[in-house]
Amino acid sequence: MLPKRRIYELSVFSGFILLAGLLIREPYYQNVLIFIGIHAILTVGLNLLMGYAGQISLGHAAFFGIGAYSSGILTATHGWSPLSAMLVAVIVTAVIAVIIGIPSLKLTGYYLAMATLGFGIIVYIMFREMSQFTGGASGLVGIPPLSFGKWTLGTGTDYFFFVWGLLFVVIVLSLNMVDSQVGRAFRAIHDSEIAALSLGIDTSRLKLKVFVISAVYASIAGSIYAHYITFISPSSFGFMFSIKLVTMVVIGGMASIWGALFGAATITILPEILHVFAEYDVIVFGIILIVVMIFMPQGLTCGILDAWQKSKRLARKRALMEQKARL
Amino acid sequence: MDLAAQTLQFLFSGITNGAIYGLIALGFTIIYNATEVINFAQGELVMLGGMIMIALSKGTNLPLPAGFVISVSIVSIVGASFERFTIRPLKNPTQIGIIIITIGVSILLKGVAMFIWGKETLSSRPFSHSPPIHVGSATLDPQSLWILGITFGILLLLQLFYQKTITGKAMRACAFNKRAAGLVGIPTQKMILLSFVLSAAMGAAAGVAITPITMCSYDMGTILGLKGFCAVVLGGLGSTIGSVVGGFILGIVESLGAGLISSSLRDAIAFVLLLGMLFVRPQGIFGIKEVKKI
Repeated sequence: MLPKRRIYELSVFSGFILLAGLLIREPYYQNVLIFIGIHAILTVGLNLLMGYAGQISLGHAAFFGIGAYSSGILTATHGWSPLSAMLVAVIVTAVIAVIIGIPSLKLTGYYLAMATLGFGIIVYIMFREMSQFTGGASGLVGIPPLSFGKWTLGTGTDYFFFVWGLLFVVIVLSLNMVDSQVGRAFRAIHDSEIAALSLGIDTSRLKLKVFVISAVYASIAGSIYAHYITFISPSSFGFMFSIKLVTMVVIGGMASIWGALFGAATITILPEILHVFAEYDVIVFGIILIVVMIFMPQGLTCGILDAWQKSKRLARKRALMEQKARL
Repeated sequence: MDLAAQTLQFLFSGITNGAIYGLIALGFTIIYNATEVINFAQGELVMLGGMIMIALSKGTNLPLPAGFVISVSIVSIVGASFERFTIRPLKNPTQIGIIIITIGVSILLKGVAMFIWGKETLSSRPFSHSPPIHVGSATLDPQSLWILGITFGILLLLQLFYQKTITGKAMRACAFNKRAAGLVGIPTQKMILLSFVLSAAMGAAAGVAITPITMCSYDMGTILGLKGFCAVVLGGLGSTIGSVVGGFILGIVESLGAGLISSSLRDAIAFVLLLGMLFVRPQGIFGIKEVKKI
C-alpha cells in the first residue's frame, strides 16, 4: 500500500491531468503534452534503472524503437489490432532485454555504458537496413491510430487522456516498487553492489529485473508513439534520442520519479522554446546541457530545491541577526 | 577482379581506415589516462581539424604544412578551453555527469560548425599529387600512405614523449595515481590540461589527414568518434599500443566484412565487435587492469 504522502502527491497529479485535459484544447499544446507524456513513460522507467539501481543505459532508444516498429509492422503490414500488436511488442522487447541484459549487466560504469551504446546503434542500423520489414531509411507509413475494439482514439484529447492515464499507472507502479523492499534493494545496489550482495540480495537478478521493466515501459511508449504519429523512421530511435532520454533523467534528478516527469517535460519543451534560433537551437541546447551539469549535477529539481532552501536559510539567518540587533 | 585482388583492395582500405580509427582512439586514451574521462566530443575535434584545414586552403595558396600547423593549433586551443571551462569546474564528477557534459560539448561543436560552414560536404586537396600506386591488381591511394605515416609518426612521438621527457613521465605518473603524483609535486591540474591539448591536436591531425579521402561535413564527427571508441575497447581502455592495434583490427575487419559480406551492415560491424569484446573480455586485448565484474 502506498504511504499517505504518495497518495497526496498522486491526487494532486490526477487533478492536474483532469484540469489540463479539460482546459487545454489548442492542438499544438495538446501535441506537446502528449509528447511529454510519452517521454515521461520512458524516463520513469529509465530512472528506475539509472537513478535507483545505478545502471547506465545509453541505448534505451532501441527498446523504444523495438516497441514502435513491432507495433507498426504488425498493424500496418499484417493488419493486427493495435492492442494485440502492443502485447507482442512488449514480449519481443522483454525477450531482447533479457538476452542483452544478462551479459551487459555484469559490466559496470563506462563498460556498461559502452555495451548499451553499442546495442542501441546496432538496433538502429537494423531498422535502417532491414528495409523489407521496416521500410528502411524512408520509414514505415500507414500505421493506424490506436483503437480498442470499436473505440478509436481520434482527437488530441483522447490521446492526452490515454497517454497521461497510462503514465499515471506507470508512476503508481513505480512508486510502489521504489517504496517496497525491492526499491530498497535497488538503492543498496546503487550504493555498493558488493555490500548488497553480501546482505543476501540477488543483485544480478534484480538488475536484470529492473532492466527488463524499464525496457518494457520504453516498448509501450514506442507502440503509442507509432500509433500517435502513424509514421516512424529510424532517425527517431538513434543514439541522439538515447542521449536525450538520459539527459531527461539526469536533469530531472536521479532517483526521483517526479523528477523524471519534470525532466521529460523540460527537455521536451526546450526545443519548442528554442525554435526562435531555427536550426541553431542545438548550440543553445548544448550550452544548457553543459551549464546545468556543471552547476547543478544533482539535476534541476534538486538544484532549484537547494537554491530555495539556501535562500530560506539565509532569510532565517537575517531575521535572527535583526532580532539580535534589536536586543 | 578475382577474389584475391578484391581482398587485397579491401585490406588496403581497411588498413587506411584502421590508421584513422587508431589515431582517434589514441586521443581517447590520452584523456582517459590522465582524467578517467571518456571524451564523447573526440570525433568533433577530428571534424573541426578537417573543416579548419578546408577553410584555410580555400582560395588561398597557403602551403600545406602551414595549414596543418594552424589547424592543429586552433583545435588545441579548443581542447584547452574545453578542459578549462567544462571539466575543471566539476566538483564531484560522476561518470554519467562526464558523459553528458562531453556529449553537450560535442553537440555544441557540431552546432557551431554547422553555423560557420553550413551543411554541405566539403573536400580538400590531397597532400601530394602523385598517381595511385598499383600493387598487383589493387590500387593504393597515396593519401593512405600519408595517413599511415602520420599515425605511426604520432605514435612514435608519443612514445618518445612518454618515455624520455620529464613532462611525459609526469603524465604517466598522473595516470598511474593522481594523488601520489600530486604529492611528489607534479602539477596534476596542468597535466590534465595538457592531456586535453594533446588529444585535441591528435584529433585535428587525423581530421586534416582524412578529409582528402573521406570529405568533411559538420556531422561526420559522431560516427568517427564512436568508431574510435570501439577501437579503444578492442585494444583495452587505457592502453596506448592497444588503441592503435584496436584501430587496425577494427578497420580491417570492417572493410573485409563490408566488402565480402554486406556493405549495408558496414557500420554495424564495429559495434558487434564492441559487444563481443565487452561480453568476452571487457578489458580488451591489451588491457592490464582487471575490469570489475560482478
